[in-house]
Amino acid sequence: MNILGKLSINALPHDMVTLGGAMMMIVAIIFGIFYVTYTKRWSWLWKEWITTTDHKKIGVMYIFVSIIMGIRGFADVVLLRTQQATSVGASHGIVSANHFQQIFSAHGVIMIFFVAMGFLFGIVNLVLPLQIGSRDVAFPFLNATSFWLFAAGMVLMNASLIIGNFTYAGWLSYPPLSELKYSPGVGVDYWIWSLQIAGLGSLFSGINFLVTIIKLRCKGMALMKMPLFTWSVFGTMSLVILAFPILTVTLALLYLDRTIGTHFFTASGGGNMMMYVNLIWSWGHPEVYILVLPAFGIFSEVVSVFSRKRLFGYRSMVLAIWAIVFLSFIVWLHHFFTMGAGVDVNAFFGMMTMIIAVPTGVKIFNWLFTMFRGRIKFNASMIFFLGFIFLFTLGGVAGVMMAVPAIDYQLHNSLFLVAHFHTMIVSGVLFGDFIGVMYWFPKIFGFKLIDVYGRVAAYLWIIGFVVAFGPLYILGLMGATRRLDHYPAYTGWQPLFIVAGVGVFIIALAVLFQFIQLIVSYRKRNDNIDITGDPWDGRTLEWSTSSPPPFFNFAILPEVSNRDDFWEKKQRGLNSNNKEYTDIEIVKNTPIAMYIGSAACLFGFSAVWHIWWLLILSLIAVIVFIMIRTTDEETEYILTASKVAEIDKKVQWKI
Amino acid sequence: MEDIDTQIQEAPKYDKTDDTIVFGFWIYLMTDCVLFAALFAVYAVLHNNTFGGPSGSQIFSPHYVLIETLALLSSSFTCGIGLISAYNMQKNRVIGWFSVTFLLGVSFVIMEIVEFAHLINVGNSFKRSAFLSSYFTLVGTHGLHVTVGLIGMLILMIRIYTKGLTKSSVRRLTLLSLFWHFLDIIWIFIFTIVYMMGIA
Amino acid sequence: MKKTLRFIFITLILLCVAVFGTMFLLHGKNIAVLNPKGLIASKEKGLIITVCLLISIVVVPLFFLTIFTAYKYREGNDGANYSPEWDSDPLLEIIWWAIPAAIILVLSLIVWHTSSTLNYYKPIKSKVPPITIQVISLDWKWLFIYPKEKVASVNFIEIPQNTPIDFELTSDTVMNAFWIPNLAGQIMTMPGMETKIHILAYNKGTYYGVSSNISGSGFAGMRFAVQVSSLKNFNKWIESANRSSNILTMTSYKKLAKPSSYNHKKIYSLKDTGLFNAIVENYMVPVFGGPIMLTDSKG
Repeated sequence: MNILGKLSINALPHDMVTLGGAMMMIVAIIFGIFYVTYTKRWSWLWKEWITTTDHKKIGVMYIFVSIIMGIRGFADVVLLRTQQATSVGASHGIVSANHFQQIFSAHGVIMIFFVAMGFLFGIVNLVLPLQIGSRDVAFPFLNATSFWLFAAGMVLMNASLIIGNFTYAGWLSYPPLSELKYSPGVGVDYWIWSLQIAGLGSLFSGINFLVTIIKLRCKGMALMKMPLFTWSVFGTMSLVILAFPILTVTLALLYLDRTIGTHFFTASGGGNMMMYVNLIWSWGHPEVYILVLPAFGIFSEVVSVFSRKRLFGYRSMVLAIWAIVFLSFIVWLHHFFTMGAGVDVNAFFGMMTMIIAVPTGVKIFNWLFTMFRGRIKFNASMIFFLGFIFLFTLGGVAGVMMAVPAIDYQLHNSLFLVAHFHTMIVSGVLFGDFIGVMYWFPKIFGFKLIDVYGRVAAYLWIIGFVVAFGPLYILGLMGATRRLDHYPAYTGWQPLFIVAGVGVFIIALAVLFQFIQLIVSYRKRNDNIDITGDPWDGRTLEWSTSSPPPFFNFAILPEVSNRDDFWEKKQRGLNSNNKEYTDIEIVKNTPIAMYIGSAACLFGFSAVWHIWWLLILSLIAVIVFIMIRTTDEETEYILTASKVAEIDKKVQWKI
Repeated sequence: MEDIDTQIQEAPKYDKTDDTIVFGFWIYLMTDCVLFAALFAVYAVLHNNTFGGPSGSQIFSPHYVLIETLALLSSSFTCGIGLISAYNMQKNRVIGWFSVTFLLGVSFVIMEIVEFAHLINVGNSFKRSAFLSSYFTLVGTHGLHVTVGLIGMLILMIRIYTKGLTKSSVRRLTLLSLFWHFLDIIWIFIFTIVYMMGIA
Repeated sequence: MKKTLRFIFITLILLCVAVFGTMFLLHGKNIAVLNPKGLIASKEKGLIITVCLLISIVVVPLFFLTIFTAYKYREGNDGANYSPEWDSDPLLEIIWWAIPAAIILVLSLIVWHTSSTLNYYKPIKSKVPPITIQVISLDWKWLFIYPKEKVASVNFIEIPQNTPIDFELTSDTVMNAFWIPNLAGQIMTMPGMETKIHILAYNKGTYYGVSSNISGSGFAGMRFAVQVSSLKNFNKWIESANRSSNILTMTSYKKLAKPSSYNHKKIYSLKDTGLFNAIVENYMVPVFGGPIMLTDSKG
């Protein structure tokens, strides 16, 4: 038996495109290491970031990873679009069929798990504890562990580019195609383990934030006084804890099928591949709402602030969130109406799917009436928001169409479907995340982003989106299915695919403007510095502390009596001057979360390559690290009241 | 709702942390519950897919399973008494009762391993059919949880033996017994759905 | 500056939408789903239009309201009302819970109704006797078997117009999905399972079908032509196919089932009429040593 399992020199990339990608990644890593060494920032990186348990820093790290992964996911898009624009008739494009399939599988996985989820947890980490007037999340160490598991999944996923390959069965890798017989390589295993490890991180985050919201709200913040973003996160995290264990089970069973020869989803042996499709979507559909609900929360905050008006229909909004949470668990079958389930079953799931449109529609109307009779400030955030309203509604129309099983038969798995879910995710989730980052940026970094670049980016995003995905709707109706690496010339699809490629170019331009926005704002940060802690004339608690907040968030824990308490207090000119500082317990920095993440990454790697000794070793390492942590009685230190007062005075002095 | 919130806020600080941790653990148990629910669903779908292999009634031995069940159920009882002793700060009793729990748990796991080994030896392994795959996975996942619980119990006992009943170890005992009772409940479902309904 | 920027971009957005409208119209004839050539696809098209119109009842006013609100209540328009404390209105909220709900109710009725009328498993009533075609998805081609006519073909179907066709589908590899956009929506094919679809083609012509579910590296080449012809021509085709020197038996099937991609049309004369059932059952019970016999040749 080979000591390295299935691993051999053949695992290194052979073809030029992969080799190029791998080289680029390696060069980027080397450059990163060199840069940090050159600027002598290793100890800063270690002390301030790698070992941190501060929710704000963890949030920043999540978003950093998401941006990096977003670049990779976007590079995949460029390859996909180039292939589909050129691979017509006699030409077979720039990459092989198999490679093309790996690219779109990777694109889906990266964008959902490492970009959208990363942004989501990043923003929730940044904002949630501040918004509920808490000093941190309920379990700061677990929070750090979640992040490092997320990072471990990300590293594993990217390792597949250099060593081995990735799944070619699509982002949800249906069996039997993903079974050992049809996918004998390590691609599916990479997919399983990067999702499994990152998913575990998400599950822990779900538990953590749910407990944080329920237990750590500041004095006076009854449930119906929570800001809407907090409500959305509450709904999201409930979905996470109910849905992610299903993913864990599904992936584990697939791995067992592939590794020890069980028969869960195999075509023979009594296995049931339809069960896999049911299981993966009973996680997958809630996942869609896990992504979009926090974005809805962000819209609610931002629209209210930039219209300078209270959020309209608060109770409706809360009700709508919970309606969505509930309904999202009974619609999963609409992802496979074409599998031939019974008439009644299809009809039931079709109806449930359409019912979800009602609470979503209610939310849109409420946002609209928040703007109504307000004073709308048209900055980049609001332009993204208006783009969202139009695109999301149109995407929703497509969605309701496909909720009718008889229509879905014609549109399922076509590019129409691809265009539909991209509309929902890009306008709903990604635009929401962009708005969230722009909106809370000054809170975390202490200076505002320059708006004009953001506005250009917003317009370009909307135009680019229309140009990139409009053709896909038409192509879908023309009979173009998704995931085609090649099509005959007589189909007449090529012009539309080329237009879609132009759209990607426009989106690239938009992204470029976003980077310019970041860079220029950073260089001119002194002109846009936020000394008040409240740059937008905000309404919720996170704006009541300084920007950036001290590591303990609030010197004195706030007390609220109203929904938009901070706004009310500003209106009435209340400013409490009696400052009685108390001791604060702070969780110490620790590298153990990072060690656990690294060990988990090794575990995943050895599971992929069947290096069993390393698997056991890394499992023991994880257990030992957990033991070290749980037996450590001194994980916290006391920040004395006088010290708090000292730090707070410095901050106050700045204001 | 508001009243409850205020009460929590005003409760003494150390209690609040403990309360939060126990609550967090409850939520974790919920996720574990969903995990088992998914495995039960898989078993429900596949339990007739014997693919020419044996069905449940042909391989399950009711007496053997009954002994396994009794071992686990009584361990839950001894675990409960152990926890009460912990709340009364009776260190020796805690160690005593949890040792009994540990031994019962170990015998449960050994019995399960013996059962699995027997099945595999006679050619009815998880590779044989979808039914057996789902059976091994469902029962095995439970067994794995019990094993993790046992490892936790061992470490905790060593700590209590050397450092005494500290606040944190009492809290951990609380969590451990929650986990243990939870596994007991899952086992009752396995006993009913897999074994009883399989034999019937 | 700010206003010019806004003006340019909004014009561009509108231009994009206009370009797409034209593109849509230009390609009109090429849009298979909206140019149905058969019974099922026509009904499906009608349904698409009905649903679109129904949703427009909410969506169109919403869009106008959005534009109006965004314009009127912009910062700087001091003439407009400003009521920062106005945060709920039971009547309004009831309206936008109720109206979408009502529309969804109507849509639900449509769903309920069409799920049974457009049920693929229901045979199409017609005076003309139906033709059965058995469909087997392979790596990476389609095998069509006409059991009564004793004919088989790869990546090609010929069917007579205005005749109900009963498709019975399965797979001897991974999942695939059978889709002829001009004639009917898709249905999945799965190993060890049989799915069904019934279609009826109105117009003569050549249409194309595909596999719409990813099935491996040759997946994009799983296109097949559907020749809809008159009954006379169809019978002629059957006759000539019967005389084909390519003969399909279990042995030649095993050769055919080996992975190959971008296969050309090929016509067989069928000798083994039980082939389809043998392939389905092969996955269900472990006779002949299980499915390994048929597809293990992949290597």
